[in-house]
Amino acid sequence: MSVFSDWDILRNLLLAARWTVVLSLIAFAGGATVGLLLTMMQVSGRTLLVRFTRLYIELFQGTPLLMQLFLVFFGLSLMGLEVSAWFAAALALTLFSSAYLTEIWRGCIESIPRGQWEASRCLGLSYFEIMRHIILPQALKVAIAPTVGFSVQIVKGTALASIIGFVELTKAGTMLNNATFEPFKVFGMVALLYFLLCYPLSVASRKLERKLNVAR
Amino acid sequence: MDYTFQFGELLPYSDLIARGVLSTVILAIVTTVLGCLLGTLGAAARAGKQTFLSRAVGVYVELIRNTPFIVQLFFIFFGLPTIGIKLTAGEAGLLAMVINLAAYSTEIIRAGIESIPKGQLEAARTLGLSRTQTFTRVVLPPALEKIYPALTSQCIIVMLGSAVLSQISVEELTFAANFIQSRNFLSFEVYMVITVIYLLLAILMRQGFKLIHYFMFPNLRARS
Repeated sequence: MSVFSDWDILRNLLLAARWTVVLSLIAFAGGATVGLLLTMMQVSGRTLLVRFTRLYIELFQGTPLLMQLFLVFFGLSLMGLEVSAWFAAALALTLFSSAYLTEIWRGCIESIPRGQWEASRCLGLSYFEIMRHIILPQALKVAIAPTVGFSVQIVKGTALASIIGFVELTKAGTMLNNATFEPFKVFGMVALLYFLLCYPLSVASRKLERKLNVAR
Repeated sequence: MDYTFQFGELLPYSDLIARGVLSTVILAIVTTVLGCLLGTLGAAARAGKQTFLSRAVGVYVELIRNTPFIVQLFFIFFGLPTIGIKLTAGEAGLLAMVINLAAYSTEIIRAGIESIPKGQLEAARTLGLSRTQTFTRVVLPPALEKIYPALTSQCIIVMLGSAVLSQISVEELTFAANFIQSRNFLSFEVYMVITVIYLLLAILMRQGFKLIHYFMFPNLRARS
């Protein structure tokens, strides 16, 4: 039986942390894409589309992420699809983050005064022209800080992928703990690595918020 | 997709599910009360002058807010016994939830406190109110009122997060789900039902908070 030195533990955790980062990036990209689509539906003003997105957000914000993971994981295999923990985690996190991002972005778009819509309409701009040239450039600025802030939630959310067997930072932590029986040290290191990933994002979000507030 | 859903198979386990719901509800209530109380204390410490205490609270808040709940849970449940603090799964789970919520509510309530105009503080001091009186009677009520929606959401998020407690074998709702699906292998049906229960719990909790709001801020009723 091999003996794990502190360096071995840290090295293995760092290797696993790569997958936390990759999964976070995929979830963020996926969540942003779906979220953008949903935001467009939400601000379209069509009753059916608005109701659908409301329900979607309510469902994903009102249920545990863990349950969403399980449902995607077991639900897809029920439909006869061979799913890896990898794919299930990426999909569940995408759906989860899209709900939150939609909620954030809708708020940003609605923070642009109604008068600007009306003024643009009077100038004869179409819906898409208004969005493209008037609303989005302003809303984007408001959206940056809370979006960066939410990315912290995504990174932390990836920790749950360990439960369905995806080997990322947390799973590597439990595995190393089983091998070394030094939970204090191992989970301390795991927590520290998550902190190193998330804290810069938190600080950036706060800095951006302050900076963009001054500009306005 | 040729699959027949067998939700009926879950009926024999309704007792187990009911017990799971009960534990989750108890966990949620205790966590909400303790977490918000500690959060208020933490916010009071943060709002004061830069002392050692306020810095320490700041570090605590940042540490908790930037690490996943499940890692905090594992650290408390597996890690603390090695330095001599032994906890049952239930105690560890509850402790982790309270610590987690307290950090978030500290930050939320602090934001509320900071939104109170300085003039009100000065007025209260001029009227001869002590520091504690100023805080509890002048600053805290409107601050809580302002951040009430954010606090509600955070408490619900923590309640939903309690699903993770099943990983250290706390017998709550998700634990019941895992147990049932290990018996009858109807994983999708089980998790579907449990998810719906969580959704109902979240909705109920939001309504509960609205009710508390109604009694806690009576002056609002007069206005509207």
